[in-house]
Amino acid sequence: MLASLTLEEAAEGLRNKKFSSTELTREINARIAKLNPGLNAYVTLTEESALKQAAAIDERFAKGESLSSLAGIPVGLKDIFNTKGVRTTCCSNIIRDFVPPYNATVVDKLEEAGMVLVGKTNMDEFACGGSTEHSCFGVTKNPWDISRVAGGSSGGSAAAVAADLAYYALGTDTGGSIRQPASLCGVVGLKVTYGRVSRSGVTAMASSWDTIGPFGKTVRDTAMILQTIAGKDRRDATTPSAPVPDYTKNIGDSIKGLKIGVPKEYFGEGIEPETEKIVREALKQYEKLGATVKEVTLPYTKYAVAVYYVAMPAELSANLARFDGIRYGSKPKAVAKDMIDYYYQTRSEGFGDEIKRRIMIGTYVLSAGYYDAYYRKAQKVRTLIIQDFENAFKDVDVLMAPVSPFPAFKIGAKKDDPLAMYLADVFTIPVSCAGVPAISLPCGFASGEGGKKLPVGLQIIGPQFSEDLLFKVGGAYEQATEWHKQKPGLA
Amino acid sequence: MLSNDQVQHIAKLARLGLKEGESGKFSKQLNDILGYVDMLKEVDTEKIEPTSQVTGLENVSRKDEVERFSNREELLACTELPVERDQIKVKPVITF
Repeated sequence: MLASLTLEEAAEGLRNKKFSSTELTREINARIAKLNPGLNAYVTLTEESALKQAAAIDERFAKGESLSSLAGIPVGLKDIFNTKGVRTTCCSNIIRDFVPPYNATVVDKLEEAGMVLVGKTNMDEFACGGSTEHSCFGVTKNPWDISRVAGGSSGGSAAAVAADLAYYALGTDTGGSIRQPASLCGVVGLKVTYGRVSRSGVTAMASSWDTIGPFGKTVRDTAMILQTIAGKDRRDATTPSAPVPDYTKNIGDSIKGLKIGVPKEYFGEGIEPETEKIVREALKQYEKLGATVKEVTLPYTKYAVAVYYVAMPAELSANLARFDGIRYGSKPKAVAKDMIDYYYQTRSEGFGDEIKRRIMIGTYVLSAGYYDAYYRKAQKVRTLIIQDFENAFKDVDVLMAPVSPFPAFKIGAKKDDPLAMYLADVFTIPVSCAGVPAISLPCGFASGEGGKKLPVGLQIIGPQFSEDLLFKVGGAYEQATEWHKQKPGLA
Repeated sequence: MLSNDQVQHIAKLARLGLKEGESGKFSKQLNDILGYVDMLKEVDTEKIEPTSQVTGLENVSRKDEVERFSNREELLACTELPVERDQIKVKPVITF
């Protein structure tokens, strides 16, 4: 079946004229039409323009042009990336009808590479959540068990790749929003080093944390995508001029002698025994491949969620202040009596509860008299968490841990308990604190009810700008195991 | 502890109009979250510098040159409010 090919296989088939981009696109469009009503992975479909983009690529291939490995391959983009002429909502009622007048830098880069955009994927409103339940378009269902969440906030992108509704997808990861849904849906997801990929044209959530990264079916696919989107951008001053290496070069190399650190704080209270067992099996596999595994300590781990839930809402509340219903976004239903009433009504109708909670926390911790006690304090503890990682990387090459303490949870289980939802990100947030990269890899299945299999992800964490190392280390595991080849039982 | 009145005040500062009964729901949830983050107080940070940028970039600058990346019509088409002489018409900011 064409839809189940990897990105690498699809790119090769296009070059060998086994099939055309139009055929790939028709196949994906048809599969979306059949499966998306049940999964809700996409919130906007672009079937027609995708076929036009595909036809243009087919013509260029026919002329013998040498094109990017992403050319002609159907992709889904999280609905937070500005796509010129295609509705971009952040899954919020406040900009439900917004059509951007320009592209995000990464979208420009994909277009230049020959993008075929099949649709925009579901997410928690403004990327705030871990389950896609906070979307104004409703929850995304997990392809492995539709009574469970796909994770979040990039749940639609993860589910789309897992269900073969796209060959690859992009998402954003601020506190775990790529790694956690990748883990819960059984696909590969990469959180890059802060600044590695331009954020220009991607709606800001928490600016000192936000990153953009790929979802793929394999490690190599993920490396190919990053190759296209990484690098300095004059429109995003946080992108450094650090060179972009050849990300696929070292995939397949031996990892003999690799030093792996296992932070003991990631295997403590709260992790489900089955998840722990599966992750420890993966560590044994690495020993078989010639790596050494030793326990390390990251003593400030337990404070990371607290740091995040002070600093992130502070930055979010400032970023979302621009949504006032004037230059863009929806105006209120009733007639406002004056300007301030207009703001109250616009923001009260437009934002969901989770956004309101975070804006209020952010407003509170930044207000006079509380700034030092909360925001500045959190930034100081963040320094200590960064030092934890720096110390660990003096001793080991990479760190390995679970992505999530448990597999996909039931829809509704945590929706009205914000704190319980926040604690689902306890193993991804410390990594975001330090701005280091991490990859989530399928490493086994926990058992759900009725014989259902629930994917579990292994998190591999490296020092800043070591994405090439993560691909090499992840690639070695993938070559030795079959987890990434398993597919959910969808018709 | 945040009282319902304080939650109302914060909502007002953030330009969020809360509906009847919402301040009670939010004050419980906000107090849960603030109670949780209180653990930061136990960390000794006296000699620790705060972090606001994690990769160490400083003073990134470029030439301040005008660049047109969308045209006026496209930008004005983003608003739902009336447009007059290329300006968006809003409610009075000051009322008497």
